[in-house]
Amino acid sequence: MRLTCPYCGERDLREFTYKGDALALLRPNEDADPSDWTDYLHNRDNPAGVTRELWYHGCCGTWFVAERDTVTHVTKRTLTLAEARE
Amino acid sequence: MRYSGLRVVWEGLRGQTGWSPVWRDPDPKPEYDVLIIGGGGHGLSTAYYLAKNHGITNVAVLEKGYLGGGNVGRNTTIVRANYFLPGNSEFYSHSLKLWEGLEADLNYNVMHSQRGLINLFHSDGQRDAFARRGNAMINQGDDAIVLDREGVRRYLPYLDFDNPRFPVYGGLYHPRGGTARHDAVAWGYARGADQRGVDLIQQCEVTGIDIEGGRVTGVQTARGAIKAKKVAMIVAGRSSQVAAMAGMRLPIESHVLQAFVTEGLKPCIDHVVSFGMGHFYISQSDKGGLVFGGDIDFYASYAQRGNLPMKEHVMEAGMALMPMIGQARVLRSWGGIMDMSPDGSPIIDRTHIDGLFLNCGWCYGGFKAVPGSGYATAHLIATGDPHESAAGFRLDRFATGVGLMDEEGTGAQHNLH
Amino acid sequence: MRVDGKGLIDRSQPVTFRFDGKPVTGFAGDTVASALLANGVKLMGRSFKYHRPRGVVTAGSDEPNALISVGPGIDIAPNTRATMQEIYPDLIARSQNRWPSLKFDAMAVNDLLSPFLAAGFYYKTFMWPRAFWERLYEPIIRRAAGLGALSGAPDPDRSEKAFAHCDLLVIGAGPAGLMAALTAAKAGADVILATEETRVGGRLLSETESVGGDSGVAWAEALAARLGDMPNVRIMPRTTVTGVYDTGTYGALERVGLHVAPGGDLPPTCFWRIVAKQAVLAAGALERGIAFPNNDRPGILTAAAARTYLNRYGVSPGRKVAVFGNTDDAHRTAADLTAAGVKVAALIDNRADATTNGDWPFYPGADVIETQGRLGLEGLTIRKPDGHRLRIGADALAVSGGWNPAVHLTCHMNGRPVWNDDIAAFVPSEGAVPGLIPCGAAAGVFTTAGCLADGVRAAGDALDALGIKRKPVDLPEADETPYSLTPKWAVVAPGRAWLDFQNDVTSKDIKLAAQENFRSVEHVKRYTTQGMATDQGKGSNVTALALLADATGRSIPETGTTTFRPPYTPVSISSLGAGHAGKGFAPERFTTSHAASVKRGAPMIEAGLWYRPSYYPEPGEDTWLEACNREVAMVRNAVGVVDVSTLGKIDIQGPDAGAFLDFVYTNTFSTLKEGRVRYGLMLREDGHVMDDGTTARLGPDHYLMTTTTAAAGQVMAHLEFVAQGLRPDLNVRLTSATEQWAQFAVAGPKALTLLNSILDDAVDDTVLPFMSVAPVALSGVSARLFRISFSGERGYEIAVPARYGASLYRVLLAQAESLGGGAYGMEALNVLRIEKGFITHAEIHGRTTAYDIGMQGMMSKKKDFIGKAASTRPGLMDPERERLVGVRPVDPAQALTAGGFLFNASDDATRVNAQGYLTSVAWSPTFDTHLALGFVKRGPERIGEEMRFVDHLRGHDFPVTLADPVAFDPDGGRMRG
Repeated sequence: MRLTCPYCGERDLREFTYKGDALALLRPNEDADPSDWTDYLHNRDNPAGVTRELWYHGCCGTWFVAERDTVTHVTKRTLTLAEARE
Repeated sequence: MRYSGLRVVWEGLRGQTGWSPVWRDPDPKPEYDVLIIGGGGHGLSTAYYLAKNHGITNVAVLEKGYLGGGNVGRNTTIVRANYFLPGNSEFYSHSLKLWEGLEADLNYNVMHSQRGLINLFHSDGQRDAFARRGNAMINQGDDAIVLDREGVRRYLPYLDFDNPRFPVYGGLYHPRGGTARHDAVAWGYARGADQRGVDLIQQCEVTGIDIEGGRVTGVQTARGAIKAKKVAMIVAGRSSQVAAMAGMRLPIESHVLQAFVTEGLKPCIDHVVSFGMGHFYISQSDKGGLVFGGDIDFYASYAQRGNLPMKEHVMEAGMALMPMIGQARVLRSWGGIMDMSPDGSPIIDRTHIDGLFLNCGWCYGGFKAVPGSGYATAHLIATGDPHESAAGFRLDRFATGVGLMDEEGTGAQHNLH
Repeated sequence: MRVDGKGLIDRSQPVTFRFDGKPVTGFAGDTVASALLANGVKLMGRSFKYHRPRGVVTAGSDEPNALISVGPGIDIAPNTRATMQEIYPDLIARSQNRWPSLKFDAMAVNDLLSPFLAAGFYYKTFMWPRAFWERLYEPIIRRAAGLGALSGAPDPDRSEKAFAHCDLLVIGAGPAGLMAALTAAKAGADVILATEETRVGGRLLSETESVGGDSGVAWAEALAARLGDMPNVRIMPRTTVTGVYDTGTYGALERVGLHVAPGGDLPPTCFWRIVAKQAVLAAGALERGIAFPNNDRPGILTAAAARTYLNRYGVSPGRKVAVFGNTDDAHRTAADLTAAGVKVAALIDNRADATTNGDWPFYPGADVIETQGRLGLEGLTIRKPDGHRLRIGADALAVSGGWNPAVHLTCHMNGRPVWNDDIAAFVPSEGAVPGLIPCGAAAGVFTTAGCLADGVRAAGDALDALGIKRKPVDLPEADETPYSLTPKWAVVAPGRAWLDFQNDVTSKDIKLAAQENFRSVEHVKRYTTQGMATDQGKGSNVTALALLADATGRSIPETGTTTFRPPYTPVSISSLGAGHAGKGFAPERFTTSHAASVKRGAPMIEAGLWYRPSYYPEPGEDTWLEACNREVAMVRNAVGVVDVSTLGKIDIQGPDAGAFLDFVYTNTFSTLKEGRVRYGLMLREDGHVMDDGTTARLGPDHYLMTTTTAAAGQVMAHLEFVAQGLRPDLNVRLTSATEQWAQFAVAGPKALTLLNSILDDAVDDTVLPFMSVAPVALSGVSARLFRISFSGERGYEIAVPARYGASLYRVLLAQAESLGGGAYGMEALNVLRIEKGFITHAEIHGRTTAYDIGMQGMMSKKKDFIGKAASTRPGLMDPERERLVGVRPVDPAQALTAGGFLFNASDDATRVNAQGYLTSVAWSPTFDTHLALGFVKRGPERIGEEMRFVDHLRGHDFPVTLADPVAFDPDGGRMRG
């Protein structure tokens, strides 16, 4: 599998580290309801299909978001975090 | 039909004509006492123990594909009870005891082979962690022996002791650990459940779960609606999708774990060997193939196939640990969908919906749990209370932080295992 | 039997090798199989289950029978296909799975017992008595099973791995592949043309037909020469594309040096990861057999293989060859044999309406219903349409059952091939692999002319996808005779008809599986082992599926489909794992003091990827403990030096650096004064401890964080995530500086004296109080001096740019030794920190909270930080949790062991009674006792309590006392100075 780092372009999977659902970007406030924290930390949609997920390109130190299908492994696109937040 | 050596001879004499079907192919009835979604190892063993232990036989197992087509048929067949955290210890200990009587119980040879498992360690720190594990195993009543380097050499003389990157300091030996013939486990439980009246319904995908007033009433399937008082979701690999039918969002991420088998070879590896430093474990099947695996590929996947980096890493670990296997050729590789829970340990619990039960989150350790999991899940369904061996497998432990079971210590959080 | 005037072998170069000890002579260009056949050797192997005598049935990598072990050398390769192994002088080939000899195999008794050993019989027996499984049944089964044997010697790890990139990967170099490569290359695409064969041509190498007015072989050679001259083409012979992976990644195994005697410079193999923007699958098709009784005798082979041996190797499979089939290829085979002067004993065409104009006995509409000959075919019995039987003498039988397109690679990404009734075979499904275009025979196109055109078509599609303009390509003339067959899967007749030759699966086994209600293809495969052998059912799966369909009253598409998983052909572990035996397994990281430590005799131990010194033995010391005790005393009484460069160092800069640290640490760093250092505790978001370390404030916007050695990489990625993902509002930049600095701890009462002896300007406690940092210089070299301690003694860490590390270490040691001190290693470092109650990852093992290690006070209430919310979960604040304590044996001589458990004094040592466990232990020369750190339920409330220590593994069971974790200098006076 190959992924496209928004800065470096297409690279082999070996250069990347995975962090799961991009909802990790949406950290609740410290005083949010505990159930919000459980949803943030533990519960997942875990779709069999397209998911938005976080990857780290260790070579350039960039975190980015990939829209990738978990059934076909096809990455539709990758986004910088700034793009992902829009 | 009872299986025995005598019967095999008798059928041999009359041209194998007398063997009856291992299971029926019944049409689904309109209503059951218990519906089990998922005809994998855990679902089939749950059905079996519901019938055997609790006399509940008006049960159907609904399988989307074919029986035993999921992870029970695509793993590295290791059976062990070498967990050390409370909650896990007692469960796997119980499961191993069930394994030890499984052939007699099922009248089916699942080829459970207690050939011994050796976990290697490569530093003082790892030794100390394994010592804690081994002592916990003995506290639980199971077996463990700590081997020093020479002790390991006696059992595994073919490891690279001369020029390794990570020298072997020793190993934790679990003599009762071993392997079993994975498909046979599914078939044996299926046959046993069928004989006790359970309907095993293949090619029957569940498309909806019916809930009225906070209580489950049945399911919708590719073969029509089926009513039931109780429904159990036992679909590791597809847990999130099935639970979503009940409006639930689970603490599960699905990942792919690859496994490999080589061409048949004359006996050369007599134990199960686990090389944690290189994420590599191996045994030799009775047919002669080296069966081995490594770590998950580290990205969410339902594809049941993996990619080259992890394949290569696994082979590299094999070359590093036991270079004598270099000329063995990998014949086949495959992938299973792992229900990864945040702490690496499973869930067997009620849900917030009355009558709806959940069995999931086996990560990459579900095969050895098949007997214990079915036993405990059947108990939970039948009595409403968790079985004492599985009381720790609660769904709410992530919300409460109570009884987290992070065996690896990598973090009770997704993507850290 | 060698045939004159035929074949692509070099008859001027005889090559002699050994098979089962006997010399065999072939010619350059022969495989072991062709050379053996040329010498009249038909018996080449024994089957897996019944040890039936078997001969070669194919001429390719799909060979199920002729598996041999190949030497010489210690890296004997078992299960090598004799059909793929090229011969070289002194090659040593051995038959397998037989004892005592290939001709007389004692295990062939299994065949006599076969009535009792039907599919899956082992699931029904061997259950009693239980203990016999491991002791008796399984050992016997294991010894009988298996094929070849590993030598047991370590593989010399001489293979290689490589990456390659291209616009178009063409898989297969037959008519379709060659035309595809030419089409793409002419248009300017970067092309890799890979073929499993030793040379290009594919099926043309095995046939007598002409292409473009020339022989097929000559046409292929000419085209290869033309392609070879093009700079954008790379032809890779002996290269099998073994697997298809995501995003156009292909695994390919090149047999670089397996065709020459070992010992030269060539690596045996190279495993390629080929990244291709587009690919064309032109892998051809594989001929299948027909299931008839005793269709497995040595001498029976596919018609395609018979023509390959004849036309490519100049070898006839026999002197009197019969041909049986349901296709026109059967006729082609008879014609080729006759033209070569080989006697055709009979042509049996199962199709009733078949005709022939050949000069051979012809039996249309007939079936082969029996064969004769134990170690080699002697004859066969046919049944004519009128029911009459006829015996025909023949020493070889070529069988043509139709062709199966090589769809294998299209299945690797879960694509399921679809049934095509016209050719009675599976063809690739549309879009099975993104970017992989099947063509030619692999796509079900079975004429040479059709394959040539389809190759052009496929390459055109690929060029379109690549956005490269097509250029016209001329199509050579070729054979257009349409493919014709009438499906014939099995002959109905008494006797065992074999499907999976290697695993000894018969048509009866398939029927038995259906009888027992194993109706799914997957169940049948797993129950009967059909298709699980080394050929993965290449030649037999479709036939087995057809028989299952018949047995269950379904059509073939209704019954299921066949699928294949990687690899296409088996790949050795030494190929996929090349370069990683021994020290090659993981990179080695060395500190700048490494060589000096090794020179001093220090055993170096692995610390992650780093190496660190364990201890520094002195003359007269017999054990590591003596050295360790001396080093501990040296630090406590004088001064010691140790390299701490392996700890992670992260440079953090920016106006919001302080705020950033406040967010990642539980405690506050924005208030830290410049020039000061603070201990920090870092949690994971789930509320458990991730790492700890000290962080110094070097300037208003500049901090330097230290991580543990183990967690350096993890912490760096984590900080980047927090900075980029969670707090983009903070202006902060992170850089790993671990390798840029060499850093040494100098600890002990004489530490300051030592340092001042080498610093350009002396420091004192006002300049550098405890937990501070200052810039210093050594001989003009700028350095950083930290006043921190991991030993409980007055301690410093001095950091210089890494290029000065080795010389600084030398100077430090020389000065230390002049003060009665010296180097200390990890063992002493560990003792010092345990005496002082400092924790490492032995304590923060991933499951501990700040509360567990007594640092709940460091969790700021004034600010949010990573892990704060989750650490307030009830389970993480439970007072019953196991918390950090010190532990001492009541009898100081009794050795504590890490991993042992603690119980209440009167309790049994069982799980439910466990109160805690030990994480770190040491013999403390300072206190003359063993000391430990560990975790005990409500530990801090139970200091002074006597408990029972049990280490079952080491046989320890004695009383201990709980103590404060800090044994040494509890008020910290020595450290603070």
